[in-house]
Amino acid sequence: MSKTTTSMFLGGLAVSAFALGAGMAVAQESSDPIKLTLHDWTGQLITTELMGEVLKQAGYNIEYVQADYLAQFAGLETGDLHVAMEMWETTGRDAMDAATATGKVENIGPTGMKAKEEWWYPTYMKEKCPGLPNWEALKDAACAEAFSTAETAPKGRYLGGPVTWGGFDDERVEALDLPFEVIHAGTDAALFAELESAYQRQAPILLWIYAPHWAPAKYEGEWVEFPEYTAECYNDPAWGSNPDMAYDCGKPFGEIWKVGWAGMKDKWPGAYEAVKAFTIDNDEMGAMITDVDLNGKTVSEVVAGWMTANEGRWKGWIGQ
Amino acid sequence: MQASAIRNGIALPRWSGWAIALFCFVLLWKFGAEQLPWAFEYPRKAMIPAARWIGDFTKWLLNEATFGLFTFQEFTRFIAAVIDFPYRIALSLLSTGFLQGEGSAAVQITPPLSWIAVIVTFTLLGLHAGGMRLAALVAACLGFVALFGQWQSAMVTLASILVAVPLGVAGGAALGVLAWRSPAFERAIRPVLDLMQTIPVFAYLVPILFLFGFGPTAAVVATLIYAMPPMTRVTQLALSRVPGELTDLGRMVGCSRRQMLWRVMVPASMPSLMVGVNQVIMLSLNMVIIASMIGAGGLGFDVLAALRRLDFGAGLEAGLAIVALAVALDRLSQAFAARRTGAAPTAGNPVQRHPYLAGALATIVIAGLAGLAVPAVQTYPEALELSTGTFWSEVVAWINVNFFDAIEAVKNAVLLNLLIPFKRFLLDLPWLGVAGLLAFAGWRLGGWQLAVLAGVLAFLIAATGQWEKAMITVYLCGISVLFAMLIGVPVGILAAERERLWTVVRVVIDTLQTLPSFVYLMPAVMLFRVGDFTAMVAVVAYAVAPAIRYTVLGLQHVDPKLIEAGRAMGCTPNQILLRIKLKLALPEIMLGLNQTVMFALSMLVITALVGTRDLGQEVYIALTKADPGRGLVAGLAVAFIAIITDRLNQAGARAARARLGLGDAQA
Repeated sequence: MSKTTTSMFLGGLAVSAFALGAGMAVAQESSDPIKLTLHDWTGQLITTELMGEVLKQAGYNIEYVQADYLAQFAGLETGDLHVAMEMWETTGRDAMDAATATGKVENIGPTGMKAKEEWWYPTYMKEKCPGLPNWEALKDAACAEAFSTAETAPKGRYLGGPVTWGGFDDERVEALDLPFEVIHAGTDAALFAELESAYQRQAPILLWIYAPHWAPAKYEGEWVEFPEYTAECYNDPAWGSNPDMAYDCGKPFGEIWKVGWAGMKDKWPGAYEAVKAFTIDNDEMGAMITDVDLNGKTVSEVVAGWMTANEGRWKGWIGQ
Repeated sequence: MQASAIRNGIALPRWSGWAIALFCFVLLWKFGAEQLPWAFEYPRKAMIPAARWIGDFTKWLLNEATFGLFTFQEFTRFIAAVIDFPYRIALSLLSTGFLQGEGSAAVQITPPLSWIAVIVTFTLLGLHAGGMRLAALVAACLGFVALFGQWQSAMVTLASILVAVPLGVAGGAALGVLAWRSPAFERAIRPVLDLMQTIPVFAYLVPILFLFGFGPTAAVVATLIYAMPPMTRVTQLALSRVPGELTDLGRMVGCSRRQMLWRVMVPASMPSLMVGVNQVIMLSLNMVIIASMIGAGGLGFDVLAALRRLDFGAGLEAGLAIVALAVALDRLSQAFAARRTGAAPTAGNPVQRHPYLAGALATIVIAGLAGLAVPAVQTYPEALELSTGTFWSEVVAWINVNFFDAIEAVKNAVLLNLLIPFKRFLLDLPWLGVAGLLAFAGWRLGGWQLAVLAGVLAFLIAATGQWEKAMITVYLCGISVLFAMLIGVPVGILAAERERLWTVVRVVIDTLQTLPSFVYLMPAVMLFRVGDFTAMVAVVAYAVAPAIRYTVLGLQHVDPKLIEAGRAMGCTPNQILLRIKLKLALPEIMLGLNQTVMFALSMLVITALVGTRDLGQEVYIALTKADPGRGLVAGLAVAFIAIITDRLNQAGARAARARLGLGDAQA
């Protein structure tokens, strides 16, 4: 028995050595591992693994590191980490600006996905508030009361994102004169826990939802339609229905950026170009997220599936 | 009312000071708003720009500070490398195997220890230290981890714990011994310990990441900062409570200082010291969530990821795996401490002399070789994994659908009648009056030094613009501590005399302390919505542990001869409890209260995640804005609250003891 195990062991070594040989394709670039950060939401895990697998195909050495969305900038600045695949304009802008200002972190361009964020309600609420999705329906006192709780009554309760996300909802409520109180959830997880709770009971809820995410796929509902966002709306009080206040419109679509350590383009120029070339759109991503979170596939399966179906695209990113 | 206060003052001079102080306070509060608006809202112009100063200082520390030959950052990176070495070894052994190269190009030279080898080794350790029962417990804990498919992540977590805990215990005990030897050192270290334990980790996370590099090492450092202080405190207390007769005996037989410490003091205070070790293990495991945010991975990451998709079952499984690790490690360490070290057998060959070691090594080798041929021996087969699947989500859903209205009614009653009025009351108070009252309390309880300390710290909170958030913090933590003590002390009293109950309670509080609060926080959000009530539930659940633990410790520590004497004099059981036991246990119970406050404050980071508007949220915002100055200012305000409470609490206990004629005999 010990003979077989030894030979298997050697066999394993040989296979590994072969894999190492294949990796030599880009030997002129550093063979140190490129560290990509993984956060705690599915979409980002997919984007990152997709990039990682593509880079592996190009012969690069890849390492995935679990890191906090915001704390990761400390690592990106010092070069302990190298690539972060999803930095949302809407939630990460401040931290990203602070980091790029040091010159040690670089914005590697958009991922092609656009973050959609808006007030959202489950479809069953339309019965109590027939004017929806038009935002003006929310001004109706009866409609606002339908969304109220003991603490906010007679005003409606709108569950906003964590304060760290910004979003100007307090200003929006004031500018549009909506009879609503903004309650801030502490985290993303708390936000969806409340939605799950209300949805199970078919109870009233109005909250901040963003996409790409599994929630719009799992729960039936709609986005409130506010006056469409323009830059003037946020900067110029005169714009819009309220002549004295800004923010009398909906939320902007935000880019989702790729960011990386500034030293990357010298250490791994080819990989840098590949990351730069990476693009994917909302629909593709939404489908993949749904496959993982609702259909029970693993991230690796979904990524492998996409790579088989889109071989031409990713080969283009790595110049093959 | 005014007249009666004065009359009382003449009759009872000890109260008159308090009466006058309170009267002035109420006067300022009710009528000062017009004349002295700045006493209510600290003027913006006079704000101390502490956030900018601290921000500049951290920048300087990170980029420019130097010792001449090397920079500060190079120094900390060196420390990181020193910590990284044992960590890599532990990780290679348990999780990755020994590798050549890095990243995806790495080649495995040897596989990690197989799951069977790890379980058998730990079981043998249990058998060696505590017999069959402990062995069975350890095997069950690790078996649970494997059975529920948490093995891989658990080993990553275990590796960092195996590095952090010994460092924390050794470092904490060393500081404790120094503090016990030198009162000057004790005075110097106490505020530092308070800062270490109460400044929320998020406040200094970013500087730590710069200094120690992004990854598991920084996580170990952060864990050490947080988990070490209880060890120091307990060591110092335990050593100072060794009975005088023992030290006298030591002196008589001619012990040197070193012998006195290691042969007399440490063995005599072992039970108390083990409470410290227990705390280090528990707090280290408590940090795994935050550690996972900065690259440590492991079970903490699984918990976070599971709860982000609202998969309560998966979150609970990963969370309970953390608890299982905690219980196994804790019980092992307790057993090793309690074990009488008899003479080691010297006869026979090495295998006969060290049967457990030999058994473990044999298992490791055999399982390692067998694992090369049979994969199931090397890694726990996926087909045999269990999962609760959607069961827990369904349980929560069922409660939610059927009982939400009842829960909501109770919650609203507590919220509207207790929490919100108390919050409004505190927010209404003028900062000047509160600072003055605290200073007065300090003066009455502990003299002018304490008065200056309490007054200045309260002033600094206001002067850095944190007053309102600090009051919300006080309100949330105050109510939670009250509930925690109301639950904890009676449970402790019950458990102290009932061995069986104590075993059960211990498991419960260990679970509460190590199960990441996220696991029950998200279901709590579903049932109670975001906000203060949910936060309070989480804080009480976590802070009740020290309230129980220290009460039990204190009661079990009471000299049985004194209880016997009480019984001989005809005391009823109630009298024995109230007049003898609780009084003698007061130092530990006060330490318990102190720790309950510290634990409650340390939960602020978590409560910010369910939408409270306290200092914890400020720290969290600062983290997202990458502004270490702002975060540390808020973090320091938390620490100031802790220090004020702690000092007043201790001075009050001292004064009470002196009045009751207990004196500081034990101290």
